[in-house]
Amino acid sequence: MNTPTNLKYTASHEWVKSEADGTISIGITQHAQELLGDMVFVENPAVGRKLKAKEECAVVESVKAAADVYSPVSGEVVAVNSELDSSPEKINADAYGAWMFKMKPDNADEVAALMDASAYQAVVDSEAH
Amino acid sequence: MTLKQTPLNAAHRAMGAKMVDFGGWDMPVNYGSQIDEHHQVRNDCGMFDVCHMRVVDAKGEGVRNFLRYLLANNADKLTLPGKALYSAMLRPDGGVIDDLIIYFMSEHWFRIVVNAGTADKDIAWMKQQATEFTRHLPTGDAAVALSPASGGKLDRGAPQLTITSRDDLAMVAVQGPNARAKVWQVLPQTKTSTEGLQNFQAADCGEYFMARTGYTGEDGFEVMLPKEKVEKFWYALNKAGVPPIGLGARDTLRLEAGMNLYGQDMDENVGPLESGLAWTVDLKSERDFIGKAALLANPPNKKLVGLVLLDRGVLRGHQKVHSAHGEGEITSGSFSPTLEKSIALARVPNGVQIGAQVQVAVRDKMLAAKVVKYPFARNGKAVSSR
Repeated sequence: MNTPTNLKYTASHEWVKSEADGTISIGITQHAQELLGDMVFVENPAVGRKLKAKEECAVVESVKAAADVYSPVSGEVVAVNSELDSSPEKINADAYGAWMFKMKPDNADEVAALMDASAYQAVVDSEAH
Repeated sequence: MTLKQTPLNAAHRAMGAKMVDFGGWDMPVNYGSQIDEHHQVRNDCGMFDVCHMRVVDAKGEGVRNFLRYLLANNADKLTLPGKALYSAMLRPDGGVIDDLIIYFMSEHWFRIVVNAGTADKDIAWMKQQATEFTRHLPTGDAAVALSPASGGKLDRGAPQLTITSRDDLAMVAVQGPNARAKVWQVLPQTKTSTEGLQNFQAADCGEYFMARTGYTGEDGFEVMLPKEKVEKFWYALNKAGVPPIGLGARDTLRLEAGMNLYGQDMDENVGPLESGLAWTVDLKSERDFIGKAALLANPPNKKLVGLVLLDRGVLRGHQKVHSAHGEGEITSGSFSPTLEKSIALARVPNGVQIGAQVQVAVRDKMLAAKVVKYPFARNGKAVSSR
């Protein structure tokens, strides 16, 4: 499976991209979208909401099931991708392109401490067995 | 626990299916996009592996009388050979043991198709009831009808009712507006005996038992055939342009068509009248059947209705429904690809009227939904006013 090496990952299947302006973009991984199937609904956190690491903050729903999305680190929500309101299927088409929300992390070290691509791939591989 | 496999297991894997544990069976949930598969059936046709469902043959003299007693719907409605009837099979307390289809083939042979998860329980129940039924009919009309040749006298050991699980048979459903034409392309020898079939009627074509029934709200056939022939049939259909459809789309198709799913919309703890199945329960005739007394003694205070979500989100089973008349619960909910909205079946208090607005508790929010009649979609289209 193609797991981009420029991203960080969580064990709960979020990906995290560090942007040039110091914010991070968050989405769900290819593995997560494959498990869920056709996306039909995305509910993002409100802009301005303060989140703790591993806090439930968003929901993605496919035809099949609903899944919680967790904040990868502590910080504040600074933007949401409202395009997904009308086109949640963009997550299926391009999981690593379809960001859900952006955060300003409280502490850059928390981002640095997230899993890299090979560590995340190992998590996915272990789930398959 | 090892999952049970149908004879098409290898074919599913070869066709790229994502397999899931479905009630102990290793079954395909989709082969790609579940929504595309859904539209494929509504607009053209698709094929479903339903080998996990069980075919049961009830044979013997007086089998009709036995089914009149066993089932909530009235087997006497079946007068035309091949005609099918949908019915609930009830416990004495009115709880639903299963929902099933019976096909009237002759006065000595009715074919029954039951759900996968309940098959063993159903067959044990049928056998037990058949034994009791024959034992407890020493005199009177029923015995005469049961065995006309005996002149009302019941010989020891006769009449015999046999309930046989047809584990040698496989079943494939081909559904959609073009389904029958595709089946005839693959099985041309069955065309003359099946092109005159009405909806809900079957024909026994030797090795192929062809029923114009299904679980999608579309035209099509359910084909029962010897297990060893099913893989070849599956690939031949595929070659004729019929793609495989997974259980995911099967669920959204049946939900749009307003068809109950056993174990979700009803089970042994709930009666047919509060499960949207009143149209299948014959309480008017004098016929007695298992569960009848309980249904008459306990009129339902809830009913099954359709919901269409007005707010953004997705309705799911077990979500609580709040109405002006009290609380209810969603039994089946999903996203409707045809309506492009979330829809559900919900059991609500009797006072809730069609057209009313209710609130559904979805996680930490209350979402607005409209109460509607179902089906939501049939024959390729949304049913108007949904």
